[in-house]
Amino acid sequence: MQPQPADNAARSVIDIAKLSLTFETGDGPVHALSDIDLNIGAGEFVSFIGPSGCGKTTLLRVIADLEAPTGGTISVNGMSPHEARLARAYGYVFQAAALYPWRTIAENIALPLEIMGHSREEQAERVRRNMELVDLDGFERKYPWQLSGGMQQRASIARALSFDPDLLLMDEPFGALDEIVRDHLNEQLLKLWAKTDKTVVFVTHSIPEAVFLSTRIVVLCPRPGRIYDIIDNPLPRDRGLDIRETAEFLKVAHRVREGLRAGHSYDD
Amino acid sequence: MTEAGTFQTPSRSPFAGLMSGTAGPVIVVVAAIIAIWYLAAVLLNTPFQRDIYQRGGIENPPLAQLVADTLSQPRPVLPAPHQVAEEIWKTTAEKSITSKRSLVYHSGVTLSSTLLGFIIGTGLGIALAIGVVHSRVLDKSLMPWIISSQTIPILAIAPMIIVVLNAIGITGLLPKAMISTYLSFFPVTVGMVKGLRAPEAIQLDLMKTYSSSTAQTLWKLRLPSAMPYLFASMKVGVAASLVGAIVGELPTGAVAGLGARLLAGSYYGQTVQIWSALIVAAVLAAGLVSLIGLTERVVLQRMGMAR
Repeated sequence: MQPQPADNAARSVIDIAKLSLTFETGDGPVHALSDIDLNIGAGEFVSFIGPSGCGKTTLLRVIADLEAPTGGTISVNGMSPHEARLARAYGYVFQAAALYPWRTIAENIALPLEIMGHSREEQAERVRRNMELVDLDGFERKYPWQLSGGMQQRASIARALSFDPDLLLMDEPFGALDEIVRDHLNEQLLKLWAKTDKTVVFVTHSIPEAVFLSTRIVVLCPRPGRIYDIIDNPLPRDRGLDIRETAEFLKVAHRVREGLRAGHSYDD
Repeated sequence: MTEAGTFQTPSRSPFAGLMSGTAGPVIVVVAAIIAIWYLAAVLLNTPFQRDIYQRGGIENPPLAQLVADTLSQPRPVLPAPHQVAEEIWKTTAEKSITSKRSLVYHSGVTLSSTLLGFIIGTGLGIALAIGVVHSRVLDKSLMPWIISSQTIPILAIAPMIIVVLNAIGITGLLPKAMISTYLSFFPVTVGMVKGLRAPEAIQLDLMKTYSSSTAQTLWKLRLPSAMPYLFASMKVGVAASLVGAIVGELPTGAVAGLGARLLAGSYYGQTVQIWSALIVAAVLAAGLVSLIGLTERVVLQRMGMAR
Protein backbone atom coordinates (compact mmCIF):
# COMPACT_ATOMS: atom_id res chain seq x y z
CA MET A 1 0.00 0.00 0.00
CA GLN A 2 1.27 3.40 -0.99
CA PRO A 3 0.97 5.83 1.92
CA GLN A 4 -0.44 9.15 0.84
CA PRO A 5 1.42 12.17 2.15
CA ALA A 6 -1.87 14.03 2.55
CA ASP A 7 -3.59 11.16 4.30
CA ASN A 8 -4.08 12.22 7.91
CA ALA A 9 -4.95 8.68 8.88
CA ALA A 10 -1.49 7.48 7.85
CA ARG A 11 -0.39 4.97 10.48
CA SER A 12 1.89 6.52 13.04
CA VAL A 13 5.13 4.55 13.44
CA ILE A 14 6.93 6.60 16.06
CA ASP A 15 5.20 8.65 18.77
CA ILE A 16 7.35 10.72 21.06
CA ALA A 17 5.90 12.99 23.76
CA LYS A 18 7.71 15.12 26.36
CA LEU A 19 10.74 12.88 26.00
CA SER A 20 13.90 13.76 27.90
CA LEU A 21 17.21 12.06 28.58
CA THR A 22 19.71 13.22 31.17
CA PHE A 23 23.13 11.62 31.54
CA GLU A 24 24.56 11.75 35.04
CA THR A 25 28.24 12.55 34.78
CA GLY A 26 30.96 13.48 37.24
CA ASP A 27 30.53 17.14 36.27
CA GLY A 28 26.79 17.06 36.99
CA PRO A 29 23.84 16.16 34.79
CA VAL A 30 24.03 16.58 31.00
CA HIS A 31 20.66 17.23 29.35
CA ALA A 32 21.13 15.32 26.10
CA LEU A 33 17.45 15.54 25.16
CA SER A 34 14.76 17.74 26.58
CA ASP A 35 11.04 18.03 25.92
CA ILE A 36 10.99 16.26 22.54
CA ASP A 37 7.57 15.95 20.82
CA LEU A 38 7.54 14.18 17.48
CA ASN A 39 5.31 11.88 15.42
CA ILE A 40 6.60 10.00 12.42
CA GLY A 41 4.09 8.36 10.08
CA ALA A 42 4.47 5.26 7.95
CA GLY A 43 6.35 5.82 4.70
CA GLU A 44 7.91 9.11 5.78
CA PHE A 45 11.56 10.01 5.32
CA VAL A 46 12.50 12.14 8.30
CA SER A 47 15.93 13.68 8.83
CA PHE A 48 17.36 14.86 12.13
CA ILE A 49 19.83 17.68 11.56
CA GLY A 50 21.81 19.75 13.99
CA PRO A 51 25.29 20.60 15.22
CA SER A 52 27.25 18.03 17.20
CA GLY A 53 26.00 17.69 20.75
CA CYS A 54 22.38 18.46 19.81
CA GLY A 55 21.27 14.92 20.62
CA LYS A 56 20.28 13.79 17.11
CA THR A 57 22.15 10.50 17.38
CA THR A 58 20.95 10.05 20.97
CA LEU A 59 17.34 10.50 19.84
CA LEU A 60 17.84 7.84 17.16
CA ARG A 61 19.41 5.52 19.73
CA VAL A 62 16.43 6.05 22.04
CA ILE A 63 14.09 4.99 19.22
CA ALA A 64 16.31 1.92 18.73
CA ASP A 65 16.33 1.09 22.48
CA LEU A 66 20.11 1.47 22.56
CA GLU A 67 19.61 4.32 25.05
CA ALA A 68 16.88 4.61 27.71
CA PRO A 69 15.02 7.93 28.14
CA THR A 70 14.75 9.41 31.64
CA GLY A 71 11.39 11.08 31.08
CA GLY A 72 8.38 11.28 28.76
CA THR A 73 6.89 8.60 26.56
CA ILE A 74 7.90 6.98 23.31
CA SER A 75 6.29 4.23 21.28
CA VAL A 76 7.57 2.45 18.19
CA ASN A 77 4.92 0.57 16.17
CA GLY A 78 2.61 1.05 19.17
CA MET A 79 5.05 -0.76 21.47
CA SER A 80 7.79 0.36 23.80
CA PRO A 81 11.18 0.66 22.04
CA HIS A 82 12.34 -2.38 24.00
CA GLU A 83 9.46 -4.53 22.76
CA ALA A 84 9.99 -3.16 19.26
CA ARG A 85 13.65 -4.14 19.38
CA LEU A 86 12.79 -7.65 20.57
CA ALA A 87 10.23 -7.83 17.75
CA ARG A 88 13.01 -6.81 15.33
CA ALA A 89 10.98 -3.85 14.15
CA TYR A 90 13.83 -1.85 12.68
CA GLY A 91 17.08 -2.07 10.75
CA TYR A 92 19.88 0.16 12.00
CA VAL A 93 22.70 1.56 9.86
CA PHE A 94 25.64 2.90 11.85
CA GLN A 95 28.14 5.65 11.04
CA ALA A 96 30.69 2.96 10.19
CA ALA A 97 29.77 -0.11 8.16
CA ALA A 98 30.77 -2.39 11.09
CA LEU A 99 31.05 -5.42 8.81
CA TYR A 100 32.66 -8.42 10.47
CA PRO A 101 36.09 -8.91 8.90
CA TRP A 102 35.92 -12.71 9.15
CA ARG A 103 32.75 -12.88 7.10
CA THR A 104 32.40 -12.42 3.35
CA ILE A 105 29.98 -9.75 2.15
CA ALA A 106 27.24 -12.34 1.58
CA GLU A 107 27.85 -13.84 5.04
CA ASN A 108 27.75 -10.37 6.59
CA ILE A 109 24.38 -9.68 5.00
CA ALA A 110 23.16 -13.07 6.17
CA LEU A 111 24.18 -12.34 9.79
CA PRO A 112 20.81 -10.99 11.00
CA LEU A 113 19.04 -13.77 9.09
CA GLU A 114 21.15 -16.41 10.86
CA ILE A 115 20.39 -14.82 14.21
CA MET A 116 16.68 -14.66 13.44
CA GLY A 117 16.65 -18.29 12.39
CA HIS A 118 15.76 -18.12 8.70
CA SER A 119 16.30 -21.29 6.68
CA ARG A 120 19.39 -21.65 4.47
CA GLU A 121 17.40 -21.26 1.25
CA GLU A 122 15.58 -18.23 2.61
CA GLN A 123 18.93 -16.69 3.63
CA ALA A 124 20.46 -17.26 0.20
CA GLU A 125 17.41 -15.80 -1.53
CA ARG A 126 17.27 -12.69 0.66
CA VAL A 127 21.02 -12.09 0.43
CA ARG A 128 20.81 -12.28 -3.37
CA ARG A 129 17.83 -9.93 -3.51
CA ASN A 130 19.33 -7.31 -1.19
CA MET A 131 22.78 -7.37 -2.77
CA GLU A 132 21.06 -6.65 -6.06
CA LEU A 133 19.08 -3.84 -4.42
CA VAL A 134 22.25 -2.02 -3.36
CA ASP A 135 24.06 -2.87 -6.60
CA LEU A 136 26.61 -5.19 -5.05
CA ASP A 137 25.90 -8.37 -7.00
CA GLY A 138 29.14 -10.11 -7.90
CA PHE A 139 30.84 -9.20 -4.61
CA GLU A 140 29.28 -12.03 -2.55
CA ARG A 141 32.55 -13.82 -1.81
CA LYS A 142 34.72 -10.76 -1.22
CA TYR A 143 35.86 -9.83 2.27
CA PRO A 144 35.05 -6.34 3.64
CA TRP A 145 38.62 -5.05 3.33
CA GLN A 146 38.50 -5.78 -0.39
CA LEU A 147 35.70 -3.21 -0.84
CA SER A 148 35.78 0.60 -0.90
CA GLY A 149 34.22 2.58 1.96
CA GLY A 150 31.12 3.37 -0.12
CA MET A 151 30.62 -0.27 -1.07
CA GLN A 152 31.06 -1.34 2.56
CA GLN A 153 28.38 1.11 3.63
CA ARG A 154 26.08 -0.20 0.87
CA ALA A 155 26.68 -3.73 2.17
CA SER A 156 25.71 -2.54 5.65
CA ILE A 157 22.48 -1.08 4.23
CA ALA A 158 21.75 -4.40 2.52
CA ARG A 159 22.36 -6.09 5.87
CA ALA A 160 19.88 -3.77 7.61
CA LEU A 161 17.30 -4.43 4.87
CA SER A 162 17.88 -8.19 4.68
CA PHE A 163 15.24 -9.10 7.27
CA ASP A 164 12.81 -6.64 5.70
CA PRO A 165 12.03 -4.29 8.62
CA ASP A 166 9.42 -1.60 7.96
CA LEU A 167 11.53 0.97 9.74
CA LEU A 168 15.06 1.96 8.79
CA LEU A 169 17.14 3.98 11.29
CA MET A 170 20.26 5.54 9.77
CA ASP A 171 22.90 7.33 11.84
CA GLU A 172 25.04 9.53 9.54
CA PRO A 173 25.61 6.54 7.27
CA PHE A 174 27.45 8.55 4.62
CA GLY A 175 29.27 10.93 6.97
CA ALA A 176 32.67 9.34 6.41
CA LEU A 177 32.41 9.20 2.61
CA ASP A 178 33.58 11.74 0.05
CA GLU A 179 31.14 14.13 -1.65
CA ILE A 180 30.85 12.25 -4.96
CA VAL A 181 30.23 8.84 -3.40
CA ARG A 182 27.82 10.50 -1.01
CA ASP A 183 25.77 12.07 -3.84
CA HIS A 184 25.62 8.74 -5.59
CA LEU A 185 24.51 6.88 -2.47
CA ASN A 186 21.93 9.59 -1.66
CA GLU A 187 20.37 9.06 -5.07
CA GLN A 188 20.43 5.28 -4.65
CA LEU A 189 18.91 5.57 -1.19
CA LEU A 190 16.00 7.64 -2.53
CA LYS A 191 15.32 5.04 -5.24
CA LEU A 192 15.51 2.30 -2.68
CA TRP A 193 13.08 4.13 -0.42
CA ALA A 194 10.65 4.60 -3.32
CA LYS A 195 10.95 0.91 -4.21
CA THR A 196 10.53 -0.50 -0.70
CA ASP A 197 8.09 1.93 0.93
CA LYS A 198 9.89 1.93 4.22
CA THR A 199 9.81 4.54 6.95
CA VAL A 200 13.27 6.08 7.24
CA VAL A 201 14.72 8.12 10.09
CA PHE A 202 18.00 9.63 8.99
CA VAL A 203 20.58 11.51 11.07
CA THR A 204 22.88 13.90 9.25
CA HIS A 205 24.77 17.14 9.67
CA SER A 206 24.66 17.99 5.97
CA ILE A 207 21.97 20.46 4.91
CA PRO A 208 21.88 19.44 1.21
CA GLU A 209 21.67 15.78 2.20
CA ALA A 210 18.76 16.42 4.58
CA VAL A 211 16.84 18.55 2.07
CA PHE A 212 17.49 16.21 -0.84
CA LEU A 213 16.38 13.07 0.97
CA SER A 214 13.63 14.00 3.38
CA THR A 215 9.90 14.52 3.41
CA ARG A 216 10.34 16.26 6.75
CA ILE A 217 13.38 17.82 8.39
CA VAL A 218 13.71 18.07 12.16
CA VAL A 219 16.19 20.77 13.20
CA LEU A 220 17.70 20.18 16.64
CA CYS A 221 19.80 22.50 18.76
CA PRO A 222 22.12 21.82 21.67
CA ARG A 223 22.34 22.52 25.41
CA PRO A 224 19.85 21.12 26.15
CA GLY A 225 19.22 19.00 23.04
CA ARG A 226 15.78 20.02 21.78
CA ILE A 227 13.72 20.41 18.61
CA TYR A 228 14.03 23.93 17.18
CA ASP A 229 12.01 23.56 14.00
CA ILE A 230 10.19 20.91 11.96
CA ILE A 231 10.13 21.68 8.24
CA ASP A 232 7.78 19.98 5.76
CA ASN A 233 9.68 19.51 2.54
CA PRO A 234 7.47 20.47 -0.44
CA LEU A 235 9.76 18.88 -3.05
CA PRO A 236 8.15 16.04 -5.05
CA ARG A 237 8.98 12.51 -3.86
CA ASP A 238 10.44 11.66 -7.22
CA ARG A 239 13.56 13.83 -7.38
CA GLY A 240 16.97 13.71 -9.04
CA LEU A 241 20.22 15.35 -8.01
CA ASP A 242 19.44 18.30 -10.35
CA ILE A 243 16.69 19.42 -8.01
CA ARG A 244 19.40 20.83 -5.77
CA GLU A 245 19.83 23.71 -8.23
CA THR A 246 16.13 24.74 -8.07
CA ALA A 247 14.83 27.78 -6.18
CA GLU A 248 12.48 25.59 -4.16
CA PHE A 249 15.32 23.40 -2.91
CA LEU A 250 17.40 26.43 -1.98
CA LYS A 251 14.43 27.93 -0.13
CA VAL A 252 14.09 24.83 2.07
CA ALA A 253 17.86 24.66 2.56
CA HIS A 254 17.83 28.32 3.58
CA ARG A 255 15.17 27.70 6.20
CA VAL A 256 17.16 24.78 7.61
CA ARG A 257 20.28 26.92 7.74
CA GLU A 258 18.41 29.74 9.47
CA GLY A 259 17.11 27.25 12.01
CA LEU A 260 20.55 25.88 12.67
CA ARG A 261 22.00 29.36 13.05
CA ALA A 262 19.25 30.61 15.38
CA GLY A 263 19.25 27.48 17.50
CA HIS A 264 22.97 27.51 17.89
CA SER A 265 23.89 30.12 20.47
CA TYR A 266 27.44 31.04 19.60
CA ASP A 267 28.96 32.77 22.56
CA ASP A 268 31.93 34.04 20.62
CA MET B 1 66.43 12.15 -10.32
CA THR B 2 69.87 10.70 -10.94
CA GLU B 3 70.51 10.80 -7.23
CA ALA B 4 67.39 8.74 -6.61
CA GLY B 5 68.76 6.23 -9.09
CA THR B 6 71.96 5.76 -7.14
CA PHE B 7 69.99 5.07 -3.97
CA GLN B 8 68.22 2.21 -5.65
CA THR B 9 71.33 0.35 -6.77
CA PRO B 10 71.88 -2.63 -4.51
CA SER B 11 74.56 -2.21 -1.89
CA ARG B 12 77.88 -3.91 -2.59
CA SER B 13 78.31 -4.93 1.03
CA PRO B 14 78.81 -8.69 1.32
CA PHE B 15 76.42 -8.76 4.28
CA ALA B 16 73.56 -7.04 2.43
CA GLY B 17 72.31 -10.22 0.81
CA LEU B 18 72.87 -12.29 3.95
CA MET B 19 70.85 -10.01 6.22
CA SER B 20 67.89 -9.49 3.86
CA GLY B 21 66.19 -12.88 4.27
CA THR B 22 64.99 -14.68 7.40
CA ALA B 23 67.71 -17.32 7.37
CA GLY B 24 70.61 -14.85 7.29
CA PRO B 25 69.98 -13.07 10.61
CA VAL B 26 69.17 -16.36 12.34
CA ILE B 27 72.44 -17.92 11.19
CA VAL B 28 74.40 -14.87 12.33
CA VAL B 29 72.80 -14.96 15.79
CA VAL B 30 73.34 -18.72 16.17
CA ALA B 31 77.00 -18.36 15.10
CA ALA B 32 77.49 -15.60 17.68
CA ILE B 33 75.90 -17.69 20.43
CA ILE B 34 78.13 -20.69 19.58
CA ALA B 35 81.25 -18.52 19.55
CA ILE B 36 80.39 -17.02 22.96
CA TRP B 37 79.55 -20.50 24.25
CA TYR B 38 82.98 -21.88 23.21
CA LEU B 39 84.74 -18.92 24.81
CA ALA B 40 82.79 -19.37 28.04
CA ALA B 41 83.47 -23.14 28.03
CA VAL B 42 87.21 -22.56 27.77
CA LEU B 43 87.21 -19.92 30.53
CA LEU B 44 84.96 -21.85 32.92
CA ASN B 45 86.72 -25.18 32.49
CA THR B 46 90.27 -23.80 32.75
CA PRO B 47 90.59 -23.82 36.60
CA PHE B 48 89.75 -27.53 36.81
CA GLN B 49 92.07 -28.29 33.88
CA ARG B 50 94.92 -26.44 35.63
CA ASP B 51 94.29 -28.63 38.72
CA ILE B 52 94.66 -31.72 36.56
CA TYR B 53 97.90 -30.39 35.02
CA GLN B 54 99.26 -29.60 38.49
CA ARG B 55 98.50 -33.08 39.76
CA GLY B 56 100.03 -34.62 36.63
CA GLY B 57 103.13 -32.45 37.02
CA ILE B 58 102.66 -30.78 33.66
CA GLU B 59 103.86 -27.19 33.77
CA ASN B 60 102.81 -24.46 31.40
CA PRO B 61 101.10 -26.56 28.73
CA PRO B 62 100.82 -24.84 25.34
CA LEU B 63 97.62 -22.79 24.88
CA ALA B 64 96.35 -25.01 22.06
CA GLN B 65 96.53 -28.06 24.33
CA LEU B 66 94.80 -26.20 27.17
CA VAL B 67 91.94 -25.18 24.88
CA ALA B 68 91.60 -28.69 23.42
CA ASP B 69 91.60 -30.24 26.90
CA THR B 70 89.04 -27.82 28.35
CA LEU B 71 86.67 -28.68 25.51
CA SER B 72 86.88 -32.44 26.01
CA GLN B 73 86.46 -32.95 29.77
CA PRO B 74 84.05 -35.79 30.70
CA ARG B 75 82.27 -33.68 33.34
CA PRO B 76 82.96 -30.05 32.46
CA VAL B 77 81.49 -27.07 34.29
CA LEU B 78 80.16 -25.95 30.92
CA PRO B 79 80.23 -28.55 28.15
CA ALA B 80 81.26 -27.40 24.69
CA PRO B 81 78.57 -27.26 22.01
CA HIS B 82 80.05 -30.17 20.07
CA GLN B 83 80.02 -32.34 23.24
CA VAL B 84 76.31 -31.61 23.71
CA ALA B 85 75.62 -32.22 20.01
CA GLU B 86 77.47 -35.55 20.18
CA GLU B 87 75.51 -36.59 23.30
CA ILE B 88 72.20 -35.62 21.66
CA TRP B 89 73.12 -37.58 18.54
CA LYS B 90 74.08 -40.64 20.59
CA THR B 91 70.91 -40.56 22.68
CA THR B 92 68.50 -39.91 19.84
CA ALA B 93 69.61 -41.28 16.49
CA GLU B 94 71.78 -44.09 17.81
CA LYS B 95 69.37 -45.40 20.46
CA SER B 96 66.14 -47.27 19.89
CA ILE B 97 63.12 -45.16 20.85
CA THR B 98 62.02 -47.62 23.53
CA SER B 99 65.40 -47.49 25.31
CA LYS B 100 65.44 -45.81 28.73
CA ARG B 101 68.53 -43.93 27.57
CA SER B 102 66.87 -42.49 24.48
CA LEU B 103 66.10 -38.77 24.64
CA VAL B 104 63.31 -39.35 22.14
CA TYR B 105 61.63 -41.66 24.65
CA HIS B 106 62.04 -39.13 27.47
CA SER B 107 60.84 -36.29 25.26
CA GLY B 108 57.79 -38.36 24.39
CA VAL B 109 56.95 -38.85 28.07
CA THR B 110 57.28 -35.11 28.78
CA LEU B 111 55.47 -34.16 25.59
CA SER B 112 52.42 -36.29 26.38
CA SER B 113 51.89 -34.66 29.79
CA THR B 114 52.68 -31.24 28.28
CA LEU B 115 49.98 -31.68 25.65
CA LEU B 116 47.39 -33.14 28.03
CA GLY B 117 48.00 -30.29 30.49
CA PHE B 118 47.95 -27.71 27.71
CA ILE B 119 44.65 -28.95 26.30
CA ILE B 120 43.01 -28.93 29.74
CA GLY B 121 44.60 -25.54 30.51
CA THR B 122 43.41 -23.97 27.26
CA GLY B 123 39.89 -25.32 27.79
CA LEU B 124 39.87 -24.08 31.38
CA GLY B 125 41.29 -20.70 30.30
CA ILE B 126 38.61 -20.19 27.64
CA ALA B 127 35.84 -21.27 30.03
CA LEU B 128 37.06 -18.92 32.77
CA ALA B 129 37.37 -16.04 30.29
CA ILE B 130 33.81 -16.58 29.04
CA GLY B 131 32.60 -16.54 32.65
CA VAL B 132 34.58 -13.42 33.54
CA VAL B 133 33.41 -11.50 30.45
CA HIS B 134 29.74 -12.34 30.97
CA SER B 135 29.40 -11.97 34.72
CA ARG B 136 30.40 -8.95 36.75
CA VAL B 137 30.37 -11.11 39.85
CA LEU B 138 32.85 -13.56 38.35
CA ASP B 139 34.95 -10.67 37.02
CA LYS B 140 35.23 -9.16 40.49
CA SER B 141 35.55 -12.40 42.45
CA LEU B 142 37.56 -14.66 40.17
CA MET B 143 40.09 -12.36 38.50
CA PRO B 144 42.12 -11.55 41.66
CA TRP B 145 42.43 -15.27 42.43
CA ILE B 146 43.46 -16.09 38.88
CA ILE B 147 46.20 -13.47 39.06
CA SER B 148 47.39 -14.39 42.55
CA SER B 149 47.53 -18.07 41.56
CA GLN B 150 50.48 -17.18 39.37
CA THR B 151 52.43 -15.48 42.14
CA ILE B 152 52.92 -18.81 43.94
CA PRO B 153 56.26 -20.31 42.86
CA ILE B 154 55.49 -23.40 40.83
CA LEU B 155 58.40 -25.27 42.45
CA ALA B 156 56.70 -24.84 45.83
CA ILE B 157 53.27 -26.01 44.77
CA ALA B 158 54.22 -28.76 42.31
CA PRO B 159 55.21 -31.41 44.91
CA MET B 160 52.01 -30.75 46.85
CA ILE B 161 49.81 -31.16 43.79
CA ILE B 162 51.53 -34.48 43.05
CA VAL B 163 51.32 -35.68 46.67
CA VAL B 164 47.66 -34.67 47.09
CA LEU B 165 46.61 -36.23 43.80
CA ASN B 166 48.53 -39.40 44.62
CA ALA B 167 46.77 -39.57 47.99
CA ILE B 168 43.37 -39.62 46.32
CA GLY B 169 44.51 -42.28 43.91
CA ILE B 170 45.29 -40.18 40.82
CA THR B 171 48.67 -41.24 39.49
CA GLY B 172 50.50 -41.41 36.20
CA LEU B 173 50.16 -38.73 33.55
CA LEU B 174 47.45 -36.61 35.12
CA PRO B 175 49.26 -35.14 38.18
CA LYS B 176 52.10 -33.91 35.95
CA ALA B 177 49.61 -32.60 33.43
CA MET B 178 47.87 -30.70 36.24
CA ILE B 179 51.02 -28.65 36.79
CA SER B 180 51.12 -27.86 33.07
CA THR B 181 47.48 -26.88 33.31
CA TYR B 182 48.23 -24.66 36.31
CA LEU B 183 50.80 -22.73 34.29
CA SER B 184 49.03 -22.64 30.92
CA PHE B 185 45.48 -21.65 31.85
CA PHE B 186 46.64 -18.23 33.01
CA PRO B 187 47.90 -16.70 29.75
CA VAL B 188 44.89 -18.17 27.94
CA THR B 189 42.45 -16.68 30.48
CA VAL B 190 44.03 -13.24 30.37
CA GLY B 191 44.35 -13.27 26.56
CA MET B 192 40.80 -14.50 26.02
CA VAL B 193 39.28 -11.97 28.45
CA LYS B 194 40.93 -9.27 26.36
CA GLY B 195 39.93 -11.02 23.12
CA LEU B 196 36.28 -11.52 24.08
CA ARG B 197 36.13 -7.83 24.98
CA ALA B 198 37.79 -6.84 21.70
CA PRO B 199 34.58 -6.16 19.67
CA GLU B 200 33.90 -2.46 19.26
CA ALA B 201 30.81 -0.88 20.83
CA ILE B 202 29.29 -0.47 17.37
CA GLN B 203 29.61 -4.21 16.64
CA LEU B 204 27.96 -5.07 19.98
CA ASP B 205 25.21 -2.49 19.35
CA LEU B 206 24.61 -4.13 15.97
CA MET B 207 23.98 -7.49 17.66
CA LYS B 208 21.66 -5.74 20.09
CA THR B 209 19.56 -4.28 17.26
CA TYR B 210 19.00 -7.86 16.06
CA SER B 211 18.01 -8.70 19.67
CA SER B 212 20.57 -11.47 19.47
CA SER B 213 20.93 -13.77 22.48
CA THR B 214 24.07 -13.73 24.65
CA ALA B 215 25.06 -17.11 23.23
CA GLN B 216 24.63 -15.88 19.65
CA THR B 217 26.72 -12.78 20.37
CA LEU B 218 29.40 -14.97 21.93
CA TRP B 219 29.44 -17.41 19.06
CA LYS B 220 29.08 -15.03 16.12
CA LEU B 221 30.97 -11.99 17.39
CA ARG B 222 33.04 -12.41 20.55
CA LEU B 223 34.74 -15.72 19.76
CA PRO B 224 35.73 -14.85 16.18
CA SER B 225 37.08 -11.47 17.38
CA ALA B 226 39.10 -13.27 20.05
CA MET B 227 40.87 -15.70 17.69
CA PRO B 228 44.09 -13.67 17.22
CA TYR B 229 44.28 -13.21 21.02
CA LEU B 230 43.68 -16.93 21.58
CA PHE B 231 46.59 -17.95 19.38
CA ALA B 232 48.95 -15.40 20.90
CA SER B 233 48.16 -16.63 24.41
CA MET B 234 48.30 -20.28 23.34
CA LYS B 235 51.90 -19.74 22.22
CA VAL B 236 52.79 -18.50 25.71
CA GLY B 237 50.67 -21.25 27.28
CA VAL B 238 52.27 -24.16 25.45
CA ALA B 239 55.78 -23.06 26.40
CA ALA B 240 54.64 -22.70 30.02
CA SER B 241 53.07 -26.17 29.79
CA LEU B 242 56.39 -27.69 28.85
CA VAL B 243 58.09 -25.97 31.78
CA GLY B 244 55.29 -27.26 34.01
CA ALA B 245 55.72 -30.85 32.81
CA ILE B 246 59.49 -30.74 33.39
CA VAL B 247 59.06 -29.16 36.82
CA GLY B 248 56.43 -31.77 37.63
CA GLU B 249 58.96 -34.52 36.95
CA LEU B 250 61.55 -33.10 39.34
CA PRO B 251 60.01 -33.58 42.82
CA THR B 252 58.45 -36.95 42.12
CA GLY B 253 61.66 -38.76 41.43
CA ALA B 254 60.16 -39.61 38.09
CA VAL B 255 62.07 -42.23 36.17
CA ALA B 256 61.13 -40.98 32.74
CA GLY B 257 60.88 -37.60 31.06
CA LEU B 258 63.22 -34.71 30.37
CA GLY B 259 62.87 -33.57 34.00
CA ALA B 260 64.01 -37.02 35.17
CA ARG B 261 67.03 -36.76 32.85
CA LEU B 262 67.89 -33.35 34.32
CA LEU B 263 67.57 -34.75 37.85
CA ALA B 264 69.65 -37.88 37.11
CA GLY B 265 72.26 -35.72 35.39
CA SER B 266 72.62 -33.48 38.40
CA TYR B 267 72.83 -36.45 40.80
CA TYR B 268 75.80 -37.87 38.94
CA GLY B 269 77.39 -34.60 37.82
CA GLN B 270 76.65 -35.48 34.19
CA THR B 271 76.66 -31.92 32.90
CA VAL B 272 76.69 -33.03 29.27
CA GLN B 273 73.50 -35.01 29.90
CA ILE B 274 71.86 -32.01 31.62
CA TRP B 275 72.69 -29.68 28.76
CA SER B 276 71.48 -32.18 26.16
CA ALA B 277 68.15 -32.46 27.96
CA LEU B 278 67.94 -28.67 28.19
CA ILE B 279 68.65 -28.21 24.50
CA VAL B 280 66.12 -30.88 23.54
CA ALA B 281 63.52 -29.20 25.80
CA ALA B 282 64.22 -25.87 24.10
CA VAL B 283 63.90 -27.41 20.64
CA LEU B 284 60.65 -29.09 21.72
CA ALA B 285 59.25 -25.77 22.98
CA ALA B 286 60.26 -24.01 19.77
CA GLY B 287 58.58 -26.78 17.78
CA LEU B 288 55.34 -26.53 19.78
CA VAL B 289 55.23 -22.73 19.49
CA SER B 290 55.82 -22.80 15.74
CA LEU B 291 53.18 -25.51 15.34
CA ILE B 292 50.66 -23.15 16.97
CA GLY B 293 51.96 -20.31 14.80
CA LEU B 294 51.31 -22.45 11.73
CA THR B 295 47.79 -23.34 12.92
CA GLU B 296 47.17 -19.64 13.54
CA ARG B 297 48.17 -18.78 9.98
CA VAL B 298 45.92 -21.46 8.48
CA VAL B 299 42.92 -20.65 10.70
CA LEU B 300 43.12 -16.85 10.24
CA GLN B 301 43.61 -17.35 6.50
CA ARG B 302 40.49 -19.49 6.29
CA MET B 303 38.58 -16.95 8.38
CA GLY B 304 39.63 -14.25 5.92
CA MET B 305 41.33 -12.29 8.68
CA ALA B 306 44.85 -12.62 7.30
CA ARG B 307 45.57 -10.43 4.29
